[in-house]
Amino acid sequence: MANEAAYKPGFWGWLNRRLPVEVFWRSQLSEYYAPKNFNFWYFFGSLAMLVLVMQLVTGIFLAMFYKVGENTAFDSVEFIMREVDFGWLLRYLHSTGASAFFLVIYLHMFRGIMYGSYKSPRELLWLFGMIIYLALMAEAFMGYVLPWGNMSFWAATVIINIFGAIPVIGPGLVEWIRGDYGIADATLNRFFSLHVVALPLLLLLLVALHLVALHEVGSNNPDGVEIKEKKNAQGIPLDGIPFHPYYTVKDIFGVAAFLALFAIVVFFIPTFADLFLEKANFEPANPLSTPDPISPSWYFTPYYAILRSFPSKGAGAVAMLIAVSAFFFLPWLDRSPVKSIRYRGWIYKTFLALFVVSFLGLMYLGLQPAQGTYVVLSRICCVPYFLFFILMPFYTRWDPVKPVPERVTAHG
Amino acid sequence: MTDVPLTAAPDVDEGRRKFLTVAASGVAAFGAVVTVIPFVESWEPSERARALGAPVLLDISKLEPGQMITTVWRKQVIYVVGRAQPLVDKLTKNDGDLKDKDSRDSIQPGYAQNEMRSRRADVLVLIGICTHLGCLPKSFFDPGDPVLGASWPGGFRCPCHGSRFDLAGRVFNGSPAPTNLSVPPYSFQDQHTLVIGLDGAPAKGAA
Repeated sequence: MANEAAYKPGFWGWLNRRLPVEVFWRSQLSEYYAPKNFNFWYFFGSLAMLVLVMQLVTGIFLAMFYKVGENTAFDSVEFIMREVDFGWLLRYLHSTGASAFFLVIYLHMFRGIMYGSYKSPRELLWLFGMIIYLALMAEAFMGYVLPWGNMSFWAATVIINIFGAIPVIGPGLVEWIRGDYGIADATLNRFFSLHVVALPLLLLLLVALHLVALHEVGSNNPDGVEIKEKKNAQGIPLDGIPFHPYYTVKDIFGVAAFLALFAIVVFFIPTFADLFLEKANFEPANPLSTPDPISPSWYFTPYYAILRSFPSKGAGAVAMLIAVSAFFFLPWLDRSPVKSIRYRGWIYKTFLALFVVSFLGLMYLGLQPAQGTYVVLSRICCVPYFLFFILMPFYTRWDPVKPVPERVTAHG
Repeated sequence: MTDVPLTAAPDVDEGRRKFLTVAASGVAAFGAVVTVIPFVESWEPSERARALGAPVLLDISKLEPGQMITTVWRKQVIYVVGRAQPLVDKLTKNDGDLKDKDSRDSIQPGYAQNEMRSRRADVLVLIGICTHLGCLPKSFFDPGDPVLGASWPGGFRCPCHGSRFDLAGRVFNGSPAPTNLSVPPYSFQDQHTLVIGLDGAPAKGAA
């Protein structure tokens, strides 16, 4: 794109001869053409960006009052809640934001799966997204440890001990991560550093890469039709509309609806029935007493339920690792000639429906005690979860697909 | 080597140039890797943490059978359990239902790798950390405990994921925990004083 603004008179021309502001604005927004048939599923990408910014801002302010250290951390969180003006609001925005982040990301990922957005040419875009998801899990886990409540302490104990399942180097690795013979001040300090500096920097870098990769290949859409294949004389996709103002305005509507729901949680139900903030975490960390029962935050429970489904520690840890990393391979497991669920057949739809049910089932079961029926049900849910990935190369090939239209369709 | 232009000179020694490029990048890459070492090492337990890991003394003169004292050694909870002789005699009855009855895959000093997993039958010393994911198993010492059923021989049950252990800390089949509860190195200074973290003189470092 030529830098036309460089020839303009006055300050705008002076600025654009030194920094390509207008070129960037046009190429990324006002002349970036997105498919015209986006539906509500396309809100969640921009909402994830909104939540990221919200977490950064509230996190910066919380760090002004939080005091890292095993003897000060818990009290400083209570200090924020009771004595800092609007400290409760900062904390509830941050804690609700963590759960909202995962809700939005899970819906964003499901959109990608449903419309085949990971398929060629968007494999790398999907991989960046998956790395963001992993970084987000690390970020959320370490943030959960910082208040140094009893659930923080025991969640850290359980999660770090998973690394002990690695043969030979496991025990030494666990000690190295903790920096002591148990979860201690050293662990809390390094988690604070990673949570507020290293991982946010990494997340911002990954989000930038995710967006650059997205704008290079262009968005997919609910029909899974490549709009770049049908262009007018000016080289503009026939089914494309400029991102700004069309989708910026649409996203503002999504933001308003999201913030309304978000505010209800922050102001009226910040603990969300023990799911967003747990009772056991309003008690200081106590190495001599395990909360009973113990469960991680809701967004980790599907994997936790898988971990517990196996009677051996090593197998459980491996199964959990596979359950998370299987998403990375979707672009290569899916052999279907069509992208979108709209043109897929009943076989794929059945597998996807069973996967969603098992994922939600595991999410529920991971919050329940590891006993009797719950363990049996977790094992049953593991079957469709793993078969969705393992059998994908086969059922996507046998699936009776429908013909894909030439252009995107107007219906909803 | 003064006025030689950097590119396209006919008399450039390509081999020499390639050697210098590879050598320089090689040294830089080696330096970069070695520089990581202090950063990685900084995560190891500090000198202070290591000093605080010293042995712990415990007075067990008041420990009655069926009682448990807990203490902490190296941030690990230590269970010291008083065992009545009849219950110790019954331990072999559990053998058929255990994952690792001879403690081959479990962690313990040599003097505790026996049926009762202890130096003395009346005192059981364990690290009270579930070998599954590190929760604290709770004591259910009464045989036939109402929670665990009439066939329960007495032992421990982990509240996190339901692993069950007998009165020697040996794990029952069907538990997610892979091995028996670990036994720390310990010794008796005299009849009533337990030293945790020391195998006793002459110490032969089985920690």
